[in-house]
Amino acid sequence: MKKLIKEFTKGIISENQVFVILLGLCPTLAVSTSIENAIGMGAAATFVLLGSNIMISAMRNFIPDKIRIPCFIVVIATFVIIVELVMKAFSPALSRSLGIFIPLIVVNCIVFGRAEGFAYKNNVSHSIFDALGAGAGFTLALIIISFIRESVGAGKIFGLAISKGYEPALYMILAPGALLTIGILIACLNIIRRK
Amino acid sequence: MSQTQPTDKNFVLSPSPHIHSGISVKKIMWVVSVALIPSGIAGVVIFGIRALYVVLTCILSAVLTEALVQKLRGKEITISDGSAFLTGLLLGYNLPANIPLWMAALGSTFAIAVAKQAFGGLGHNIFNPALAGRAFLQIAYPSFMASWPKPFNVDAVTGATPLEIVKRGLTDKLPTYLDLFLGNRGGCIGEVAVFALLLGALYLLIKGYIKWHIPVSYIATAAVFTWIFSARGGPASGGGGFFTGDALFNILSGGLILGAFFMATDYVTCPVSRKGKLVFGIGCGLLTAVIRIWSGYPEGVCYSILMMNAVVPFIDRFTIPRVLGKKGRAG
Repeated sequence: MKKLIKEFTKGIISENQVFVILLGLCPTLAVSTSIENAIGMGAAATFVLLGSNIMISAMRNFIPDKIRIPCFIVVIATFVIIVELVMKAFSPALSRSLGIFIPLIVVNCIVFGRAEGFAYKNNVSHSIFDALGAGAGFTLALIIISFIRESVGAGKIFGLAISKGYEPALYMILAPGALLTIGILIACLNIIRRK
Repeated sequence: MSQTQPTDKNFVLSPSPHIHSGISVKKIMWVVSVALIPSGIAGVVIFGIRALYVVLTCILSAVLTEALVQKLRGKEITISDGSAFLTGLLLGYNLPANIPLWMAALGSTFAIAVAKQAFGGLGHNIFNPALAGRAFLQIAYPSFMASWPKPFNVDAVTGATPLEIVKRGLTDKLPTYLDLFLGNRGGCIGEVAVFALLLGALYLLIKGYIKWHIPVSYIATAAVFTWIFSARGGPASGGGGFFTGDALFNILSGGLILGAFFMATDYVTCPVSRKGKLVFGIGCGLLTAVIRIWSGYPEGVCYSILMMNAVVPFIDRFTIPRVLGKKGRAG
């Protein structure tokens, strides 16, 4: 049990996919404009991670080594289609604002990284906790980045205006703001970890 | 004695002791700052005392940020070398006089902390810090960076810059060439008074602190391109023919003179060799003309210099000078 919890917590802090391993930066840069988007994207990615990790871990003895990447894609794409259709049916507004980045989870390197680097070599229970940890770490990173960007760049939190007197710095809500925020957060984390 | 004789009679390396030329980073920075003073005085005369506050705010916040970041990084504090002072001064010159002071301070902090110190401090920055600060403010607060006080009329409603008048097809009266030369127009604090900028630039050129290559190639390229295309291309053109654009207007308006003489020539962010400097200047001129004629922005000096800053390492690599006495290219 202790090992399982370790698989979970490593994905959040010591091996955070965004801040430490620097994977999945493309969706991170693109959808971290509001906390709402961040939670939606994080939840979708976590679901796909969980599903693909379970399936691939369960089938790891049957997948031929030489064609494992196409096999991963088929499994991952299945779960992505589930997420996409569910989101379209029950939350069309979120689906519209996330747009192309939901189908693009198919080629998300976090999902691939966990499938290739972990699920393919470990048993199902470990893979479940690994997926949950990686997904939680990704979601947390998205929420932190989008909180900073939304509050500074649009003067809003959860879509609600903070103060009328605040002059939002558009820079932060645009692409350069995302790069700047991630860079500064990684720098801060490195300072903390070095101590 | 070695057999090879120096081919150039002017280049003789005698045994020590050597005489130091007396030029240091500190001296360069302060001399350039002094050369910029006439333009600042003109800006304050044209736009009123508010312009002085903006420039001083930028300088103060640049110097304080430099000291703070260097302290945090555990480095020696080198604010007396004048580089932070010069960055603040140049950023102040690139802002409209009616910008809120906290915004000017924020831009200056960004310029030093992100564009300069985060890359490793003086000598390691890829982009000109003052221009990075201006680009930051331009993207963060576009409405404040496009509102210009009218010259000699501080309280009046804001006017447009000459380039905006042309670009947006406004009905405001365009200033004459003499107005442009003397600075009687809307614009940033330090860019309007062309005669004062040329005075400072002439001093730097004569003293040898800047070389002629970048400013001349920059301004000439921009002039030629706007002469060919500005009346023809782009949405705001008058529908005239090729080779009928107003090159002189394009040289005198906007921040071209300030950018070409004082910001493109920044020692850290421009190529080393003479040939490289020419390539750099031509690239800046080309981009400035393209942005002015075809893009959504009326002015392109800031972005064009920043874009060329990004390719300076490549320019340097392809323009390595021949080593004395060797045939073919070095490297």
